[in-house]
Amino acid sequence: MEAAAAIDPFIFRVTIFVLAIFVGYYVVWSVTPALHTPLMSVTNAISSVIIVGALIAAGPEGFGLAKLLGFAAVVLASVNIFGGFAVTQRMLQMFRPKKT
Amino acid sequence: MSADLAGLLYLVASVFFILALKGLSSPTSARRGNLIGIVGMAIAVVTTLLSPHVLSFGWILAGLVAGGAIGVVIALRIQMTAMPQLVAAFHSLVGLAAVLVAAAALYAPEAYGIGTAGAIKLASRIEMSLGIVIGAVTFSGSVVAFCKLQGLVSGSPVVFRGQHLLNLLIGIAVVAFGALFVHGEAHEVFWLMTGLAFLVGFLIIIPIGGADMPVVISMLNSYSGWAASGIGFTLENNLLIVTGALVGSSGAILSYIMCKGMNRSFVSVILGGFGAEGGAAVAGSGERTVKQGSAEDAAFIMGNASKVIIIPGYGMAVAQAQHALREMGDLLKKAGVEVRYAIHPVAGRMPGHMNVLLAEANVPYDDVFELEQINSEFPSTDVAFVIGANDVVNPAAKTDTSSPIYGMPILDAENARTVLFVKRSLASGYAGVDNPLFYRSNTMMLFGDAKKMCEEVVKAL
Repeated sequence: MEAAAAIDPFIFRVTIFVLAIFVGYYVVWSVTPALHTPLMSVTNAISSVIIVGALIAAGPEGFGLAKLLGFAAVVLASVNIFGGFAVTQRMLQMFRPKKT
Repeated sequence: MSADLAGLLYLVASVFFILALKGLSSPTSARRGNLIGIVGMAIAVVTTLLSPHVLSFGWILAGLVAGGAIGVVIALRIQMTAMPQLVAAFHSLVGLAAVLVAAAALYAPEAYGIGTAGAIKLASRIEMSLGIVIGAVTFSGSVVAFCKLQGLVSGSPVVFRGQHLLNLLIGIAVVAFGALFVHGEAHEVFWLMTGLAFLVGFLIIIPIGGADMPVVISMLNSYSGWAASGIGFTLENNLLIVTGALVGSSGAILSYIMCKGMNRSFVSVILGGFGAEGGAAVAGSGERTVKQGSAEDAAFIMGNASKVIIIPGYGMAVAQAQHALREMGDLLKKAGVEVRYAIHPVAGRMPGHMNVLLAEANVPYDDVFELEQINSEFPSTDVAFVIGANDVVNPAAKTDTSSPIYGMPILDAENARTVLFVKRSLASGYAGVDNPLFYRSNTMMLFGDAKKMCEEVVKAL
């Protein structure tokens, strides 16, 4: 009776990972070369979603090494999130079409 | 908040991130895309804060406010010419954050539900090692890239004998320590592995020279994504996995585009040393003469032209000449000259560097063209105005099979009726290759600082 054996959740995650690479591949090829610098700064900002892991480490009551590490990671990731989105917005504001 | 609901909200955040990247397909939709990205991030952060693992908010709030304030101040103050080093610095932060999160997971695995300290799940131990190693390499590599771009250390390649062998040995040691850690979960081994990974990041970037930085930055961009994915696998978080994969493939594509723009293989860039022995090959060609001109000559020639194409390069960024250049372009336009800008894919120090600088100087983006769009226009162009660029217009890339840049796609400035070269000296470009275009009879050299030269041309117009 092994037919009902569940798939390891790891396989699901690998599936998601590989499909996301393909999504990224096609989306990024559609980015206009003129905006490659904002592309880098915005991908930088969104990769700081690693803050999710940092928040969980910094979240528990009490105090410990893990919490300290988590706090430091929250600070670093916040610099990146706020800085990355702000600088991207600043750059994108500058791209203007010809005045007619 | 239940884990299922959180999972769904993370999915929403992932979709928002994809839409944020999609928005960059055109300057008109890009600003909205960035806002969508911000909303996605807010959803991700709030969802996590509402999870049952997060019980105390004091430290978190302090961290968010402190980090956020620093980030915003930097973002608003930074000069556009310093964008490459800023991006490198931001990459290093992602790398370091990945290292810290992986370490936190090592010391408090219960919080992430991946086992207990000393008995972390096997798969999580493997993923944790991968995440921290990529994160560490991203961090130290980005720090080196930052120092080179900021001019804190020399931008020229640092090469020594046995370099690649050393890197290989350290790489093997990292893998060996990784295996040992996965086997026994010893913390000392974990930190040894991490320390060596920092060293690897440092060593692989030092041999890479300044003009290869577009590839390096793109590559580190990609690494920071893979590091996030690695942490995502460790923490069993789909949002991190998806976002990391998006960023990772984005950086990889940019690296590919940059390598293609230089006709070099990714491996040869990574092995480094390019341009280190520059200059030697071109010695003995000093007898040829160049035609030298003044700003007044340039103003006269361009004022009487009907079509001008401006080709900016890294020298324009160094001299901060973009505003003076735009002023010159505007005056010419007023005089009825058609002025356009041509951008080589690897001009500057990062992908799209020149586009941002021209945009900063209020050059409308529909006056700015990529190599493929504009190359066929040079034969019908009166003046190619090359400012701070060199290798990207070097015709040797087409004709001289022995040249290190042979095969690199170039902007065909040579086909224009007159070529004006704004340059500080006759020195060869980054690739260390002499440029035969300097000595053509239809070329006029304008020696001097790019910004001053533009201002003088403006005066003469």
